[in-house]
Amino acid sequence: MNRSRTTRVAAIAAVSTLALGLAACTPGGDNGDNDGDVTITWWHNATSDPLQGLWEDVAAEFEEANPGVTVEVTGYQNEDLQRTLIPNALQSGDAPDVFMVWPGGEVRAQAEAGHLKDLTEVAADTIEEMGAAVSPWQLDGKQYAIPYAFGAAGIWYNTELFDKAGIEGTPETLSELADAVTALKAIDVAPIAVGAGDLWPAGHWWYQFAVSSCPTDVLETAIPEFDFSDPCWVEAGEQLEEFIATDPFNEGFLATPGQTGADSSNGLIANGQAAMEFMGPWNSGTIGALTEDGEVPEWLGWFPFPTVDGAGGDAGSIMGGGDGFGVHVDAPDEAVDLLKYIMSEDVQRRFAETGAGVPTHPGVADALTDPNLIASAAALGEASYVQLWIDSALGPAFGNPLNQAIVNIFAGSGTPQDVVAALEQTAAAQ
Amino acid sequence: MTATHAAPPRVTAPSPAGPAPATPRRRPAADRRKWLEIALFAGPALVVFVGFVIVPVALAAVYSLYNWNGLGPLERFIGLDNYVRAFSDPLFIKAIGNNATIVIASILVQGPIAIAVALLLNRRMRGRTVIRALIFVPYVLAEVIAGLSWKLLLSPRGGVNAVLEAIGLGDLARPWLADPDIALWVMFGILSWKYLGFAILLMLAGLQGVPEELHEAAAIDGANWWQTQWRITLPLLGPTIRIWIFLSMIGSLQLFDMVWVTTKGGPIGATNTMAVYMIQYGQGQYGYGSAIAVILFVISLVVAVIYQRFAMRRDLAGALTSGVR
Repeated sequence: MNRSRTTRVAAIAAVSTLALGLAACTPGGDNGDNDGDVTITWWHNATSDPLQGLWEDVAAEFEEANPGVTVEVTGYQNEDLQRTLIPNALQSGDAPDVFMVWPGGEVRAQAEAGHLKDLTEVAADTIEEMGAAVSPWQLDGKQYAIPYAFGAAGIWYNTELFDKAGIEGTPETLSELADAVTALKAIDVAPIAVGAGDLWPAGHWWYQFAVSSCPTDVLETAIPEFDFSDPCWVEAGEQLEEFIATDPFNEGFLATPGQTGADSSNGLIANGQAAMEFMGPWNSGTIGALTEDGEVPEWLGWFPFPTVDGAGGDAGSIMGGGDGFGVHVDAPDEAVDLLKYIMSEDVQRRFAETGAGVPTHPGVADALTDPNLIASAAALGEASYVQLWIDSALGPAFGNPLNQAIVNIFAGSGTPQDVVAALEQTAAAQ
Repeated sequence: MTATHAAPPRVTAPSPAGPAPATPRRRPAADRRKWLEIALFAGPALVVFVGFVIVPVALAAVYSLYNWNGLGPLERFIGLDNYVRAFSDPLFIKAIGNNATIVIASILVQGPIAIAVALLLNRRMRGRTVIRALIFVPYVLAEVIAGLSWKLLLSPRGGVNAVLEAIGLGDLARPWLADPDIALWVMFGILSWKYLGFAILLMLAGLQGVPEELHEAAAIDGANWWQTQWRITLPLLGPTIRIWIFLSMIGSLQLFDMVWVTTKGGPIGATNTMAVYMIQYGQGQYGYGSAIAVILFVISLVVAVIYQRFAMRRDLAGALTSGVR
């Protein structure tokens, strides 16, 4: 009798505790304006120093300069952040105030859904200062995010291995690149590392050939309109096929990841097993993270992608891209102030000094110390046209079908026409 | 999903001829208390189950009818287009085929090995405990850690190739996970390594339920060890084997972690599974991803129901009906 009663009392107690526990889990009010205290959440993609430390310093300084403002700053792994965390946060209505925004089709998708604050007026001065680099983050003439870094893709290489293989200078045409490949094979290193296991690093090769083959006006109109009828898109695949036929890539490249672990294409460069990698301006940082001492190796060099003999595109066109921050549409005004501070000349200068990328602020170019980034920035400055990474430019739905079709060419099981077909099919489903 | 929710035992026994025996009349208060208790104990679980299982499944079914990038409002209704698209994508068809291959290969390869090892380990022998523990170690390892280890071991310059070269079998060295012709079978090898321990443990547990007396009786009748296993142990192990097949099938159909960590479905889709395809192609296309999720759900459900209906009918007979045989 008594036992059943105590059991029941215990059960009720347990259930009420559970209910209270659940109640405690419901989200509290954020950005509460009571007492003038404001909390800003800021999500970025730096998960290691020096950039992670810099952003933490920036947040602390902003808090100090703005009493009553708390900045909660967190770095997440790049793809997780962009593909999972941010879309979920936007959809759930509990979005961060300042967050990483990719250019092109990516910013378009978020802006069209009404998640991004129009910065055209509220950050007009900052946008003006940054110059032409801001345009990939615009939609219908409105600015929805501001880039803090923008750089050109190019070939990162091991100068010591080049010396050992007797390669003089750096390849300027595709046939010179092929000669370098032959010379590097002779000293028994993988000439070029590519992380086709992650798809997009292989995708970059096709994008580059498309930039070489397609005239500027085709690139400018075809991508936003999803019109891939120009023969240059097939030509790009044919050039890629021809190049792959010279067998320039590391063994097992189909399963090689891009940036994680000693076995990734970054890792092969870092430990001297491969001589070249075609990659964006962040590469010295990601290679540096994989060396034994965690430093960017001194032998690391950079040169622009060689010109493609007989290709129909403009020789001055290059491929590049960058990282920007946007502000959520419901964020407090202080979030815009934080963004302005991140883009300020002082912070941009310190960003340049970390060597983590090429800053967008034109006034800080002299603060770049890494010769490779200086070369990358110079190439960007000289370019007649800058094409954004094509998967970013097209938008989130295109990445996988496009890159998979490209990797199929790498594997010898796909054709140049298949890539265009994948583009057209994905476009049709939009 | 397993049919463990037993129906309440029937209390009204079939009455013999004659006036119905006076059933004990329940007081209404007691009835109310019983329902209160049921609500109290089952309520929270039911709320959680509905909120985190039923609603998401239903929502996925709804999303799958829309062209939705996950950012804007749900407004572009396209009917069954996402399903048509899925079934006309050769990569997805290949993923279904890969899942089916893993299901069948698991049953045909892992099952017999597990039974054989369990039978051996069920005999009294020196070091039995140590061997049992060793066999179970891979299953205890986190899937991500196991996957990363194998990825490094199987890479072109990894441990496996180094060992092959060291023992003079350098010709066999290859980029194991990068060769589309063999990648699926290498993946199956890793999965077998990981899950054999669980199968063996299950079989060993099943063997504990085989009465020793039957073996003694068989021994008296002059049966040798082989005959005893074949005629007595294996038939009595049947229920365990069938349950293991069921778990193995469902696990193989939903295979994700190991593939994601080691190959992400590559090279060129050679190791792709439905779940991996769903993640890769659902990015930025949540309607399409939801359609894949629904297809995966339906396939798993159909396989589970058919298997339970036919293969496990006898095993479940006691669980689903009253205790009377």
